[in-house]
Amino acid sequence: MAKATDGRYLAGGHALLPLLKHRLDHPSDLIDLGAIAELKGMAVAGGMLTIGAMTTHAEVTNSDVVRASIPALADLAAGIGDPQVRNRATLGGSVAGSGPTADYPAALLGLGATIHTDRRQIEADDFFIGTSKPVLGKGEIVIAVAFPVPEKAAYVKFPGLASRYPLAGVFVGKFLNGVRVAVTGAGPCVFRHPDMERALATDFAPGAIEGLRIPVAGLRSDLHASAEYRAHLVGVVARRAVAACG
Amino acid sequence: MIVNGKPVSAAIDARTLLVQFLRETLRLTGTHVGCDTSQCGACVVQVDGRSVKSCTMLAVQAEGAQVTTIEGLAQGGRLHPMQEAFRDHHGVQCGFCTSGIVMSALDLVRRFPDPSEHQIREWLEGNLCRCTGYHNIVKSIAAGAKAMRG
Ligand SMILES: Cc1cc2nc3c(=O)[nH]c(=O)nc-3n(C[C@H](O)[C@H](O)[C@H](O)COP(=O)(O)OP(=O)(O)OC[C@H]3O[C@@H](n4cnc5c(N)ncnc54)[C@H](O)[C@@H]3O)c2cc1C
Ligand code: FES
Ligand code: FES
Repeated sequence: MAKATDGRYLAGGHALLPLLKHRLDHPSDLIDLGAIAELKGMAVAGGMLTIGAMTTHAEVTNSDVVRASIPALADLAAGIGDPQVRNRATLGGSVAGSGPTADYPAALLGLGATIHTDRRQIEADDFFIGTSKPVLGKGEIVIAVAFPVPEKAAYVKFPGLASRYPLAGVFVGKFLNGVRVAVTGAGPCVFRHPDMERALATDFAPGAIEGLRIPVAGLRSDLHASAEYRAHLVGVVARRAVAACG
Repeated sequence: MIVNGKPVSAAIDARTLLVQFLRETLRLTGTHVGCDTSQCGACVVQVDGRSVKSCTMLAVQAEGAQVTTIEGLAQGGRLHPMQEAFRDHHGVQCGFCTSGIVMSALDLVRRFPDPSEHQIREWLEGNLCRCTGYHNIVKSIAAGAKAMRG
């Protein structure tokens, strides 16, 4: 990578290769991460579930380790795209190349995960900040993501018809010391919802966030859904996610 | 790489997609290209036993891998039970989507030997068919899975 004038890492290729096919990106070199064993694998230790960057969505879905520690994460991975996408696309690619409508970022933010790179550790709160300037430095590799294991968690999305990317998706993570709520698909970047977090910390029930309004300003509006519709959906899927926590 | 059981090697441009390698270099044209957005599934093949979209993978990423295409299923002039089921249950109309759907269905049956109708329909998320309305495809896959269980 150091020698490439404008290189890109190639993980599952399910974001990058379509871009290249449409001539929307012109890297000088591609570096396939597929052969690096250190980027694979899943393990739980000290209350944290750590997943290697090159782990595919299908591997997360089918993992007993993930099912036993954070089933909401296995369910989230199972709902991404289609079976063939899940057989190739990776956690690292979904984090490093994440668009505003990706599913995984909701889990990272909703669980307060830590992103481990070859240079440092970055908190999800500092990673998904919605600027166009990339947080990762030139040539920086995501090695793994460490997710704190919550008491309860659930992810519910309202998928778009063609691709299954969420029009709005909410990840709720309940911990001993509080609740985190992360919203994806609806804004320019995944974001937390402090009002819902406070309401749910006192009363962890769908009714506790019933009346909360989501400000429409700043939400995405496109051919799939207006900002007003998305604001409404955020409330709906958030209540469903709390209910799904049981 | 090994394609349908036979070792193959060729000097190709690094940018060559797996589907281009299969269709243009090896002339295995049963694998189709139906879109440029990785959404239609006409190009699905198996790489090391997993169904993947060969339009969204570089040929060099399959170096050393076992690749199976629709041409590799029939044995000794006899159709694979899943292919036979598509014929018996009219799972094919124009046939453009069929090879991708058969290759995808075999991955489903590997994981769930006795899939429910719901599992079959969910699994077909990544396979578009413009002709059949899916009804006979779902029937074909259920029958193919049954025949494979023996
Ligand atoms: C048809 C289709 C449907 C999809 N549906 C959904 C969906 O419903 N929800 C959803 O969230 N996503 C969806 N996706 C996207 C998919 O889940 C992945 O997010 C996407 O493919 C990126 O992961 P990848 O492994 O393919 O990365 P690549 O395409 O290989 O890489 C993406 C970018 O990240 C960089 N990168 C990759 N890995 C690393 C690393 N370890 N360190 C540093 N940089 C890295 C690459 O250089 C590149 O710039 C869909 C994709 C397709 C094609
Ligand atoms: S050609 Fe459409 S998904 Fe590959
Ligand atoms: S049979 Fe024509 S697209 Fe499926």
